[in-house]
Amino acid sequence: MTQATASTMTTHNLSVRYGKHLAVDQVSLSIHSGQVTAIIGPSGCGKSTFIRCLNRMHDFIAGVEVDGQILLDGVDIYGPSVDPVSIRRRVGMVFQKPNPFPHMSIMQNVLSGFAFTRKRTSKSKEEIAEIALKNAALFDEVKDRLNAPSGALSGGQQQRLCIARALAMEPEVLLLDEPCSALDPISTARIEDLIHTLRTNYAIVIVTHNMQQAARVSQVTAYFLSGKLIEVDETRKLFTNPADQRTEDYITGKFG
Amino acid sequence: MIKNHTNRAFDNDLRILRDRILLIAGRVEKMVANAIKSLSENDTALAQKTIDYDKSIDSDEVIVDRMSIELLAQRQPVGQDLRFIVSVIKMVTYFERLGDLAIKICHRIIELNRLDRSHDAGDIADMAKSVQAMIRETLEAFLERDYEKALSVIMKDDAVDELHHLITKRLIAEMHAHKELVENYYHLLSIAKWLERMGDHCTNLAEIIIYMIKGQDVRHKRLAPTE
Repeated sequence: MTQATASTMTTHNLSVRYGKHLAVDQVSLSIHSGQVTAIIGPSGCGKSTFIRCLNRMHDFIAGVEVDGQILLDGVDIYGPSVDPVSIRRRVGMVFQKPNPFPHMSIMQNVLSGFAFTRKRTSKSKEEIAEIALKNAALFDEVKDRLNAPSGALSGGQQQRLCIARALAMEPEVLLLDEPCSALDPISTARIEDLIHTLRTNYAIVIVTHNMQQAARVSQVTAYFLSGKLIEVDETRKLFTNPADQRTEDYITGKFG
Repeated sequence: MIKNHTNRAFDNDLRILRDRILLIAGRVEKMVANAIKSLSENDTALAQKTIDYDKSIDSDEVIVDRMSIELLAQRQPVGQDLRFIVSVIKMVTYFERLGDLAIKICHRIIELNRLDRSHDAGDIADMAKSVQAMIRETLEAFLERDYEKALSVIMKDDAVDELHHLITKRLIAEMHAHKELVENYYHLLSIAKWLERMGDHCTNLAEIIIYMIKGQDVRHKRLAPTE
């Protein structure tokens, strides 16, 4: 495997239970900076649950039990002295449906992370917004209307605004949970192009139902089934010659 | 157990493609068998019949290419489906070339029979039988997805090459000894060369079949015997 970069995030025997239901079962996986890791698998396989652990999203849900370790640069993010807000600054997340704050302007949306977390920075608000919007490949399309409501943007632009909002916090890891499933093919292509550009500076994890998308955007692909990590390998290998028959059956559409 | 695709139409498309390439392979095998038979029996009529047979293979090659490209565009296959379709695209070219070589051999047989002079063809019939066996085994390896058989085809090519070398030397010696039969031996040399090329094409096909089955690229490597 081409994992020349040091591991940014590593899970060790990560298990997640919703009550009695074991959603993620002893998953050990490393996520590396400078590459995109795709997580694929059928509905209910635990892939979304898995990435939500990576920035402690489950803290908000009652009855969720997380076991095992998740190390971010060697530190357990579920450690007793770790502030979950600081983790979410370092591990940004973008969801399936674009969810900008509708009552806020484009500018306010990009800066909302700062407002909520009171992150300190020497840069001006305008600078932060411009850099984040440029990194999200949205700036040129919105630079003349930064104070316009975010609801005026198209779905694809809204999703890039959400990516800009995550990038403004200067995270190390970017989690994308089906970021294109609500978008048309052109918007999807823009997001995929953006992912390709962003991967140089971030560790990106993308959960996707679209296997062709996983094949296009990622360097490493992990296949989940029934909460277990079945196979993780270079994307080019996994999609041409997977080692596990269960992976082969899933990617070739012989599932169920 | 081989699982079916959830999308049964895709299964059907793959089956049609497989049937089509098998049809081509079967026709080519028949053409080569006929060429070899007409060589050993000096049968001009069979050689001519084999030449006429080639036209259907050319049109089948076009159909297989079109079907494969449509499947790639429509299904965006991965894993063994991708390997199968890509392998078919490559295999059809080699089958078509095998057919072409059979035709070339048939043309030379017709020429030899027209000359109507007796000559010593040496071990060329044995070489032809070895090549025919390689083609049969290649087809079986594809049909049965048999890695060992594909490997066995590759291993047999060295013996055919060696036989070609010996036959060439022998035919050149005959040319020197019987100058009046130069034209005969020229045709026989060509036939031996094309039989050797057939062995090479079988090797290429076997390498593609190994890729199709196992995802391993064994081209341009000296293969060690299987353990």
